Amino acid sequence: MDFNDSPEEAAYRKKVQDFLKANAAPKEATTASRSRNRPEAEVLVDAKAWQKKKMQNGFAQITWPKEWGGPGGTPMQQVIYGQEESGYDVDGSFFGIGLGMCVPTVMAYADDETCKRFVGPALQGDEIWCQLFSEPAAGSDVAGLITKAVKDGDEWVINGQKVWTSGAHYCDFGIVLVRTDPGVAKHKGLTMFWVDMKDPGIDVRPLHQMSGGSNFNEVYFTDVRVKDTQRLGDVGQGWKVALTTLMNERLAVGQAGGADFKDLIELAKSTELENGPAIKDGAVREKIADWYAKAQGLKYTRYRTVSAMSQGETPGPENSITKVVSASRLQDLTSFAMDLMDMGGIMVNPDDVGYEAAFQEGYMWAPGIRIAGGTDEILRNIIAERVLGMPQDVRVDKGVPFNEIPK
Amino acid sequence: MNFDFSEDQKFLKEQANKFLTEQCETAVFRAVLNDSKKTHSKELWKAIVEMGWTGTTIPEEFGGLGLGYLELCVIAEELGRAIAPVPFSSSVYLATEGLLLAGSQSQKEKYLPRLATGEIIGTLAMAEGPRQPLPKNMDVTFKDGKLSGVKLPVPDGSIADFALVVARTGDGKTENDVGLVLVDLNGDGVTRETVETLDPSRDHARLSFDNAAGELVGGAGEGWSLTRAILDRAAVLIAFEQVGGAEKALEVARDYTMERRAFGRQIATYQAIKHKLADAYIANVLARSNAYYGAWALSTNAPDLAQAAATARISATDAFHYASKECIQVHGGIGYTWEVDCHLYYRRSKLLALTLGGPPVWKNRLVSQLEQSNAA
Repeated sequence: MDFNDSPEEAAYRKKVQDFLKANAAPKEATTASRSRNRPEAEVLVDAKAWQKKKMQNGFAQITWPKEWGGPGGTPMQQVIYGQEESGYDVDGSFFGIGLGMCVPTVMAYADDETCKRFVGPALQGDEIWCQLFSEPAAGSDVAGLITKAVKDGDEWVINGQKVWTSGAHYCDFGIVLVRTDPGVAKHKGLTMFWVDMKDPGIDVRPLHQMSGGSNFNEVYFTDVRVKDTQRLGDVGQGWKVALTTLMNERLAVGQAGGADFKDLIELAKSTELENGPAIKDGAVREKIADWYAKAQGLKYTRYRTVSAMSQGETPGPENSITKVVSASRLQDLTSFAMDLMDMGGIMVNPDDVGYEAAFQEGYMWAPGIRIAGGTDEILRNIIAERVLGMPQDVRVDKGVPFNEIPK
Repeated sequence: MNFDFSEDQKFLKEQANKFLTEQCETAVFRAVLNDSKKTHSKELWKAIVEMGWTGTTIPEEFGGLGLGYLELCVIAEELGRAIAPVPFSSSVYLATEGLLLAGSQSQKEKYLPRLATGEIIGTLAMAEGPRQPLPKNMDVTFKDGKLSGVKLPVPDGSIADFALVVARTGDGKTENDVGLVLVDLNGDGVTRETVETLDPSRDHARLSFDNAAGELVGGAGEGWSLTRAILDRAAVLIAFEQVGGAEKALEVARDYTMERRAFGRQIATYQAIKHKLADAYIANVLARSNAYYGAWALSTNAPDLAQAAATARISATDAFHYASKECIQVHGGIGYTWEVDCHLYYRRSKLLALTLGGPPVWKNRLVSQLEQSNAA
């Protein structure tokens, strides 16, 4: 057991460090400097420039083969880059869904000409992609979606509504999963297309979250015409294509960030309760210990995954627990911290509550993380079925033509 | 980075698993459970000694195998998985480790070779009744070479040949008034009485000392820091036992839900059942990962060993508790019967949760560490 880089890993890390040192500013210790406080459009310009620089220096999509413009690196190099970049004040979050999920789907199913047209501009940050799967009536059961595409000559006409589309308002292209045959079982009547988000028939409206923010969108399709050549995979094979995309999602939505036990310890140290400082209170100490143990457990689980990659092995299923654990933990920890602040805990202005209002922010963000990218419940089903080998639940809509399923 | 056991260590684990699968079916546990005169499985203990496991970390000069702590960790996991009814933890994690940490050359020469061969069994006597084993809660005293007072419950106290006894050596009740005293339990002034516990597969006794002869291990005021050092090391090893037990309990639960049918289908198809077992899996992964870090800290004697040990113990205690209680629950009524094995894991999980001091003590210690460390 050791935590050391192999000589090759150390050399690569040095290369990454040199690149970052020369081209980016280190993150400040506090969260105050975080780009979330700047207008998104401004951040986006910087992010695109950073993506281009990464691409030019061989640090964008490190595992992509050379034929697609990547450096053909290893998963371990990707991990090392991520570890080092996290210490710098740069933002790669705009490209995660596009490059991690959508573009690989295009690469897997589109013809050469299409790939040639799109892969390069996406990789260097000129064009951003979004994923249009979820619908108001199709969330966990996304194969139950009703946005439809009807064939009209060499074209398809799309009508319907998508929701929870991250970044749709700044995206250039998207992949959209639609129903092309309502007369067959739900998984069998789906087809995937790529669309130009600037199409006049596409209306992107920001979704107003319970937190007050707008990180996602509703996307309305009204008579949007796409060419049959925009189809990804065969007609009726959309679910299979979507699985290619979703395979990457659980990696995309990982650890819920935000206030952590360190913040809680600081708060407990500075908070006086009736019987003395909160940090000396048994109930407070017990909770800090529990949450610390969970945080460490996740950290070392990640180390185990990285180790497997470092040894050239396929990581086990351990990492599938990350989101389930971290999202609820964030919710519970922030709630408890606010309890310690007593009545003052309801205030959300950083000037009033301190700690940059990280507890209040986490409390309002956590419910979303428990749902995004697979709900707690779906993730537990996945653990039970794919890791523990338990059988699927009975599905009453199995084999039933979609248009005969009660809605 | 290689945050994993080596191929050799994994091979050792496989061998241990194979050995215990054959030699330690739950019937072996039950044979001790069902017979109040039995303190442990003598046959299994003999076989374990013959495997050399009792001498794992004892240096070759004292007759041991001279292997490292990572080897002992993989053995611990398999013993935990098999819920083995043997005095391994007392003799190896506590007594042997205590002597390795602070024993004099003559103490090591006298005891370690015989601990390695299993000729003698050692233990650590800490608790004094149903309260936290803190210096201020201890009344057993060591004065002028003589030990007096009552320790209760002492793991393997009915069969151990000697004990390291945590005792007051000073006049006050502070940590500096505590010493660690080595006492021959077969000598004069020692009375032992087996006590009933909720896990009768592991022996526990009331040890009464009446001017029993003893000798210090380490200095007179060093007993408490020494005890804590022993407990930190043992906590990592017990965490591996807990991880092994928790994973086994989850497997038993999972297998049953695949067999059992209700309302026309396998109960494993119900989400209420799946989510319970998914939660057990989650707790087990966290526990295993924390135990690995504890193993690394133990094997390298890392400065944050105390923190790593407490974290591993808290996580593993939580995991075994959850897996063992939900194992009963998914079995329904049959799971509450004596004949079905669920209660064996439930019993063992509570024993391991409390044996080195319970969760409140360890959580408190962890936060104290966090308060001090820069990480906090």
